[in-house]
Amino acid sequence: MDYILEGFLEAFQLLISGHPETYTAIFTTLKASSLSIIMSLVMGVPLGFMLGNFDFAGKKQVRAVVDTLLALPTVVVGLFVYALISRRGPFGNFELLFTIPGISIAQTCLVIPIVISLTATAIEGLDRRLRLTLMALGAQGRQIAITSLLEARYAVLIAAITAYGRAVSEVGISMMIGGNIKWHTRTITTAIALETGKGEFAMGIALGLVLLFLAFVVNSLLSILRRRS
Amino acid sequence: MRCYIKKSFIFIMVCAFLCFMGTLSFSDDQILQMATTTSTDNTGLLDYLAPRFKADTGIELRWVAVGTGKALELGKNCDVDVLLVHAPASEKKYIADGYGVDRQQVMFNDFIFIGPKGDSAGIKGKTVKDALSIISSKKVPFASRGDNSGTNKKEIILWKDANIPLPDKESWYIQTGQGMINTITIAAERDAYTMTDRGTYIKYESNMKGNPPLVILVEGDASLRNQYSVIPVNPSRCKNVKYDLAKKFSEWMASPAIQKMIGDFKLMGKQLFIPNADEK
Repeated sequence: MDYILEGFLEAFQLLISGHPETYTAIFTTLKASSLSIIMSLVMGVPLGFMLGNFDFAGKKQVRAVVDTLLALPTVVVGLFVYALISRRGPFGNFELLFTIPGISIAQTCLVIPIVISLTATAIEGLDRRLRLTLMALGAQGRQIAITSLLEARYAVLIAAITAYGRAVSEVGISMMIGGNIKWHTRTITTAIALETGKGEFAMGIALGLVLLFLAFVVNSLLSILRRRS
Repeated sequence: MRCYIKKSFIFIMVCAFLCFMGTLSFSDDQILQMATTTSTDNTGLLDYLAPRFKADTGIELRWVAVGTGKALELGKNCDVDVLLVHAPASEKKYIADGYGVDRQQVMFNDFIFIGPKGDSAGIKGKTVKDALSIISSKKVPFASRGDNSGTNKKEIILWKDANIPLPDKESWYIQTGQGMINTITIAAERDAYTMTDRGTYIKYESNMKGNPPLVILVEGDASLRNQYSVIPVNPSRCKNVKYDLAKKFSEWMASPAIQKMIGDFKLMGKQLFIPNADEK
């Protein structure tokens, strides 16, 4: 049993002393997931708005597909993105395999359904009269979109934070696309997997604590926002 | 209103762009991407060599540590520039098939069989063939890498040489699908026997502060030699690979100074790899 206690003590030492390997993994995780969240918001929010706002043939089917993709397994995303960005693949020239942008692109594929689906739900949940009022006041396409999204801002933020939580905690993509390269693409989750396998618990525990802390921050933000909206 | 949104949109795009450039900015030409076996990474050998390589040549070495089978596959896909692997038979076929060029052997150590201290099956000091037949007839737990790595390929050859069919589906044959040190950890948890390269075992020993639950039982057999080689990926197949950097790395590894440095790499006072670049 001693080794667990020892692991915790050593973990705190690593965190307090600013152990470079531990902190590099933390920053790599933050970099990759922030980048993927920005990309998925830029693309996902407009798509989510369109899905929630407009009526078109096949809308129900599109919605069903997006909702199914919420449960996308990370390793399947990893597999497809790997095949695409391998040097032998169609996007091989960009040399994205084993890089942080590569991880981010795959994570974007993973979380964009969350952003689209939650944004669409938020837009659908707005008061019907809002749109009519806006149109009566002479608002046009883009103005309607922006005002609706502003009205639904908390719900959109919830979408963003939910997506962030998913990106930070996934391990399959970081392992397959990132390759767990020390000092470069070793993230919190891949480092924990590696260190536990090696039987070295301290760094795993330290990183686990950081991950728990991130999850805690994300969830408290979520509950604050839910109360506001 | 419109202006405000436009501005914030531009702001977000600029942020995204800067993030992207921030992560890309380090990618100049002086990075050599290598695929290697888990043993060179787990033991810390590459952490020990990479800074010197950077100082000597200005090239930054980055590696993914996977089994030799996967490393060869990464080379086939042109995803890495150079390989550091240990499965001579597969490597020769690999070169013959035109995937790699200029194979340079750099160092060796040996494989060993390790198992629980009590050695319930009684394989201590036996030959490899006897040890394997005892393990399979007594059905004692045996952890295999099961990942097509160099160690795994060697193990399969040893079963074959001992005229025992590969116990693929036997319940006592644990195929971990993971790296060497992970497999040793699993074997220790399950009280199983396993085969490892000596370098990784010494690292494991030092992780366990010199008192590991698994000890060396079979060693010294001529069939247990473990040769490591550097193979640049064939540039005429893969247009994007950095062959010149790969070749530089290969020559650097074989140079007398670095060969000596490899020989000097020790854990707990034990030498992990024996340099042999000049051996024919």
